[in-house]
Amino acid sequence: MHQSTLAQLSTALESNQISSEELTTLYLDRCKQFNGSLNCFITINEELALDQAKSADQQRAAGNASPLTGIPIAQKDIFCTNGIKTSCGSKMLDNFIAPYDATVIEKMNAAGIVNIGKTNMDEFAMGSSNETSFYGAVKNPWDQDTVPGGSSGGSASAVAARLSPAATGTDTGGSIRQPASLCGITGLKPTYGRVSRYGMIAFASSLDQGGPMTQTAEDAALMMNVIAGFDERDSTSAEHPVDDYTARLNDSIEGLKIGLPKEYFGEGLDSNIAKIVEAGIKELEKLGATCKEIELPNTELSIPAYYVVAPAECSSNLSRFDSVRFGHRCENPKDLSDLYCRSRGEGFGKEVKRRIMIGAYVLSAGYYDAYYLKAQKIRHLIRDDFQNALKDVDVIAGPTATGTAFKLNEMIDDPVSMYLSDLYTVSVNLAGLPAISVPAGFVNNLPVGLQLIGNYFEESRLLNIAHRFQQATDHHKAIPEGFE
Amino acid sequence: MEWETVIGLEIHAQLATKSKIFSGAATAYGAEPNTQACAVDLGLPGVLPVLNEQVVLMALKFGLAIDAEIPERSIFARKNYFYPDLPKGYQISQFELPIVSRGNLDIQLEDGTTKTVGVTRAHLEEDAGKSMHEGFGDQTGIDLNRAGTPLLEIVSEPDMRSAKEAVAYMKKVHSIVRYLEICDGNMQEGSFRCDANVSMRPRGQEEFGTRTELKNINSFRFVEQAINIEIERQIDILEDGGKIIQETRLYDPNKNETRSMRSKEEANDYRYFPDPDLLPVQIEADLIKKIRSELPELPNAKKKRFIDQFKLSDYDSGVLTAQKEMADYFETCVKTAKGEAKLSANWIAGDLSASLNKDNKDITESPVSAEMLGGMIRRIKDDTISGKIAKQVFEAMWNGEGDADSIIESKGLKQVTDTGAIEKLVDVVIANSPDQVAQYQSAPEDKQGKLIGYFIGQIMKQSQGKANPKQVNELLKEKLKA
Repeated sequence: MHQSTLAQLSTALESNQISSEELTTLYLDRCKQFNGSLNCFITINEELALDQAKSADQQRAAGNASPLTGIPIAQKDIFCTNGIKTSCGSKMLDNFIAPYDATVIEKMNAAGIVNIGKTNMDEFAMGSSNETSFYGAVKNPWDQDTVPGGSSGGSASAVAARLSPAATGTDTGGSIRQPASLCGITGLKPTYGRVSRYGMIAFASSLDQGGPMTQTAEDAALMMNVIAGFDERDSTSAEHPVDDYTARLNDSIEGLKIGLPKEYFGEGLDSNIAKIVEAGIKELEKLGATCKEIELPNTELSIPAYYVVAPAECSSNLSRFDSVRFGHRCENPKDLSDLYCRSRGEGFGKEVKRRIMIGAYVLSAGYYDAYYLKAQKIRHLIRDDFQNALKDVDVIAGPTATGTAFKLNEMIDDPVSMYLSDLYTVSVNLAGLPAISVPAGFVNNLPVGLQLIGNYFEESRLLNIAHRFQQATDHHKAIPEGFE
Repeated sequence: MEWETVIGLEIHAQLATKSKIFSGAATAYGAEPNTQACAVDLGLPGVLPVLNEQVVLMALKFGLAIDAEIPERSIFARKNYFYPDLPKGYQISQFELPIVSRGNLDIQLEDGTTKTVGVTRAHLEEDAGKSMHEGFGDQTGIDLNRAGTPLLEIVSEPDMRSAKEAVAYMKKVHSIVRYLEICDGNMQEGSFRCDANVSMRPRGQEEFGTRTELKNINSFRFVEQAINIEIERQIDILEDGGKIIQETRLYDPNKNETRSMRSKEEANDYRYFPDPDLLPVQIEADLIKKIRSELPELPNAKKKRFIDQFKLSDYDSGVLTAQKEMADYFETCVKTAKGEAKLSANWIAGDLSASLNKDNKDITESPVSAEMLGGMIRRIKDDTISGKIAKQVFEAMWNGEGDADSIIESKGLKQVTDTGAIEKLVDVVIANSPDQVAQYQSAPEDKQGKLIGYFIGQIMKQSQGKANPKQVNELLKEKLKA
């Protein structure tokens, strides 16, 4: 049963093959069995999950079930969850019990989804390897000496190892897609504003976007049907009509025009990865798509622009962690300045501090124009590049990550290399576009993801292409050894 | 050397909304600490601000009232600094692209001339909470009820040249925000407060001197005192050959002195940048048109109308229109008094204002309503009572004894206009005053006017002031003719 997708579990529950309580127990057992080695969860909500499962069973018996009612889904520990520790992977919030639900959680609760646990993540979502978490690194189930990617590494690892049939993630510069790629699962970063950010602890507000991390595109569509939509509590959420994301999954992709950015297949891409990605694109051609080379000339500027904009916003977003109202507080502060300095000094990890300092620097008087404003201009150029390209093609395809999962501790002391590994993902966030990573094959038994980038609010189309691809391929069905 | 003072004011007007600028929490004053602070005001992880549209409309009203330019697009920015009563570690304010840009305001100077003061900009921002240092031992309490309260910061050009001008400007802004009903103007509760930038330069010099900023002055009187004391301090330093240090100073009304809070070097780098949580505010031309058409009559227009319509003096109109409630009171009073404008103006500026001052009451708290005063004036006009008796009636009304008619009735203050009754009194007084009669009759005609006062006084005394003075006068003249 634990090998089932959300769609299959939905059918099993609907046909009374299993109850939510049984299903939840089954996944809780897996979590307890494997979390010791994988470390994907910061909190496992045993009691809550079973309570929710019981009421889901009642709901279903009463005929009030929606497709995902009673199915356990793991939540990235960045989403505030009423009454449950919401740590954001930081010592700063180790003692923080959120007093309210994020909109995403609220919608999941309303749909009767069981909140099985809160997943591990890079501290405040800052990292590409899940090694910056206060709660320790997460292991990639495909090779436990490697990282799962980040920042939604706990979610990706949990879904890959089938400790949870699906999970939520958030993506500021690739934090859904890159771990999805490294763990062999499907990850969708929706259009900026498609999923409410209310209650999602902010890293970089203009880039952050929550989304599904699942086994299949179909499952991602099922989750999007629950979490997408305008939220009056988030001014940046879009008042754009919401699709039924499952409706177009089976549409033909005959005649689909795919753009292949030459900048995504040049230097910096591992040739083995390139082969897998190219094979994946061939598969789409077999399904009727046509390809053409396109240019995204400002791609190389996306990393520097991102590492100005994101730290700038984070330096301000993380100012609220001053230990006055919540969060870690140092022992015996001697005055206000000591309280701030020691509480923040002790509560934040190295990568978070690094980004706060970069951010404060680029916003400071005299440097603002040279860094922050210039980065905003680059952001416009990148958006224009995509808009120009998407005039000629329907979607853009390429690799999700520059490589497969790397070894634990391999890059943690080399932040610049780590930042550069986000090359294919960050520009999508800078432009605010939707993109999906789907499993496309393996290099040395480690998964490789294919990334598809669409135009604004074209999640349905991305899910449709990904679904057709998954109908024709088996990469997404592979389960790491030991977790079958 | 002769020094010229240069003053610019930053006024913070708290906008009179029911809820906060970025959250649904209430803004009412005086609640128990932290009972009016929701998750957004507390700056909890994950919360987001949502702009209260009311504050935009209010700011636009102010902008249009001062003939300001309204940019099509306005943005909110984060002003970053750490302080325990600033929950998010930044204040949402506006930096580039404020909601209101350049405007103008006319103020009346003491010599009767008018001066135009430039308003650089007015921008929206959220207030911080309050740190409480008493009652917590060596710790500090934080009350976040005020956090997120909407403020309109109105920044003037350095156009004022004396403390008196600064006060006149501040009063004018106060008057306008109250006319527009966008701020309750309550200075004790901090709904209307100001910071003053003061500098000195040798008269004739174009370049500004180094300025100091006087913080948080919460009464018109203190503004004048604080600026004057700061002018003296700066002149003393400059005349001794010293230099003014650019700094923020706090005015202490108890000691009547200003003292340094922090110097420019200690000032924060606020690292302003556009708030990514809020969309730019787009102002449509239609909205501006609509708000403009709904603007109430403002002080200057009202004053001009009072002069034209009621034939009041420039001074009386100015006094009556400074406060909207006062102007409304006047108009209601005139209406009840069947158009007696001059008499209404005199009573309002005279006895009513004196009584209000004495009891430290605002016009809105007057125990004598505009209708009551108008009713009394009507009785003066129709000769039911004399102006003198009216003072008694007014005092009784002030003390809550009822309206003019019932007081006149119950106290028997009605004027005697019965010619027969008055004639009787006149005859008696003449009969009892042979000496005065003789003196009157032998006096030259131009002296008689003065001598007749004795007889009038006697008759009024006899009638307890109720005899119609005009009739008494006429009858006396008649009967005293030799």
